[in-house]
Amino acid sequence: MVQPIDVDRVRKDFPILERTVRDGRPLIYLDSGATSQKPLAVLDAERAFYETSNAGVHRGAHQLAEEATEAYETSRAAIAGFVGAQASDLVFTKNATESLNLAAYAFSNATAKAAHAPDSVDSRFVLSAGDSIVVTQMEHHANLVPWQEVCAKTGATLRWIGLTDDGRLDLSEIDSVIDETTRVVSVVQQSNILGTINPVDVLMARAHAVGALGVVDACQSIPHMPVDVEALGADLVAWSGHKMLGPTGIGLLWGRAEVLDAMPPFISGGSMIETVFMEHSTYAEPPKRFEAGTPMVAQAVGLAAAVAYLDEIGMDSVAAHEDELTGYTLERLESLRGVRIIGPRDNVDRGSAVSFVVDGLHPHDVGQFLDDKGVAVRVGHHCAWPTCRRFGVPATTRISPYIYNDRSDIDIAVEGIMAAQKFFGV
Amino acid sequence: MNLESLYQDIILDHYKNPRGRALLSEPAGESHQVNPTCGDEVTVQVALDAAGNVVVGYEGQGCSISQASASVMSELVAGLAPAQGDEIRRAFVELMHTKGAAEPDEDVLGDGVAFVGVAKYPARIKCALLPWMALQDAEAKAGIGSDQEGTSAP
Repeated sequence: MVQPIDVDRVRKDFPILERTVRDGRPLIYLDSGATSQKPLAVLDAERAFYETSNAGVHRGAHQLAEEATEAYETSRAAIAGFVGAQASDLVFTKNATESLNLAAYAFSNATAKAAHAPDSVDSRFVLSAGDSIVVTQMEHHANLVPWQEVCAKTGATLRWIGLTDDGRLDLSEIDSVIDETTRVVSVVQQSNILGTINPVDVLMARAHAVGALGVVDACQSIPHMPVDVEALGADLVAWSGHKMLGPTGIGLLWGRAEVLDAMPPFISGGSMIETVFMEHSTYAEPPKRFEAGTPMVAQAVGLAAAVAYLDEIGMDSVAAHEDELTGYTLERLESLRGVRIIGPRDNVDRGSAVSFVVDGLHPHDVGQFLDDKGVAVRVGHHCAWPTCRRFGVPATTRISPYIYNDRSDIDIAVEGIMAAQKFFGV
Repeated sequence: MNLESLYQDIILDHYKNPRGRALLSEPAGESHQVNPTCGDEVTVQVALDAAGNVVVGYEGQGCSISQASASVMSELVAGLAPAQGDEIRRAFVELMHTKGAAEPDEDVLGDGVAFVGVAKYPARIKCALLPWMALQDAEAKAGIGSDQEGTSAP
């Protein structure tokens, strides 16, 4: 049986939740889809690293350098283990956007190199006119704009799988959109704006059936449910540390070993080389090939502490807690007059990010009233502008809870919505 | 409650009953401005009438602050000589950078004084400035006015 989360106990681990905002209101943080708060264990781990072991990693003959390297690589192994992966297949980046760019640039860089030296690159990454790249209509800009750029550089065409009115992928389109011209399929596992959880296995299977590579944006899934990256069927999986209780400044890219090995470097310079001559260089094996420059060691240590914290709670418990809270949020919002949920209204294959619009009120004004009650939510297009357009709204208000939220937080948010409706007379 | 200083009655009135909200039939200049963080949009058009005074048209969608600001702007600058409109625009931009501590001059800013509370909310200043930035850009495109120094856009 899944152990329920003791929210009151969890909250004590997050110092920021003790503070007040706007004239002494207790902070109700419902914006974890943007970034999560950090428990003391994470803050302590970063501080302890700086206090005791700080040094450059993978260089230097002194003891501190050895300890820092050990801390960095042990953290990599712990974070990889959290998602069922091998440490050697996990690349540290500065954020998930960089991870997705790393994937996208493999294609544009290989295509550019192929024009001069076709034998120097793996042909799977070389694109030309007639090739297609497939995304969905619910992508975060981070998994859309980089692929638009790849298309602009290579002549490939961008295609996307459309959405149904209830915020699901229109799966009837899969076989026609992903076809023999498709070279990459890059999709989000859990939408940051709609909350939809997509059948990534089906999409990856279709990608591989037509010989395409598969990329998954797991930013909103890995923090909220158990994910085994090797079981997703993808070639590359990108996510960030700061949405899963970890520090900012660290992102992740997992790749199948054979695929990472075939990818050209993205950012180049120190640390990512094997040998360097004035005329040319050779590159290190993954993951180091993709980690140029001084890496984010303290952030890796902090993120390792975050996954240990999540492991102790148990990701099954996290998922069950959020599922219950999502059901309650949907029920409360649905009961409000003039409130429309943008995304699935049934709590099936659905994450805890719930977007909505209020008739007659702009999300900015809704957010202002929630803020006045101490409730932090996100308003705007959530870096998914085309998704907003699909649903005919300029923006939404989004409630995105996590392990430190409970039903009373949702109740206060609902009070804020009703206060805004009353004030504006809608 | 702080919200009452933000959402003053004048702002709500302009939001619910926008003044002069329409596009021009023959604009001399037009500017479409968006606030990419929240999706607020406003289009401002300008022309000069036979007497050399400014004619303003606008439309948009967005939050109460951005849309009320557009309404107030059109009411304030329409029918004035370009230089007079510039003076009001500069006063409004300055007001937005006072962190809510200013005592705005109603003789210059008219209903624009109601936005003093907006300046206390950094995330909303951009909303209030959006139509004024569009006005400046539309006038520049139309070759109206002599504003060379530009505004201190956020």
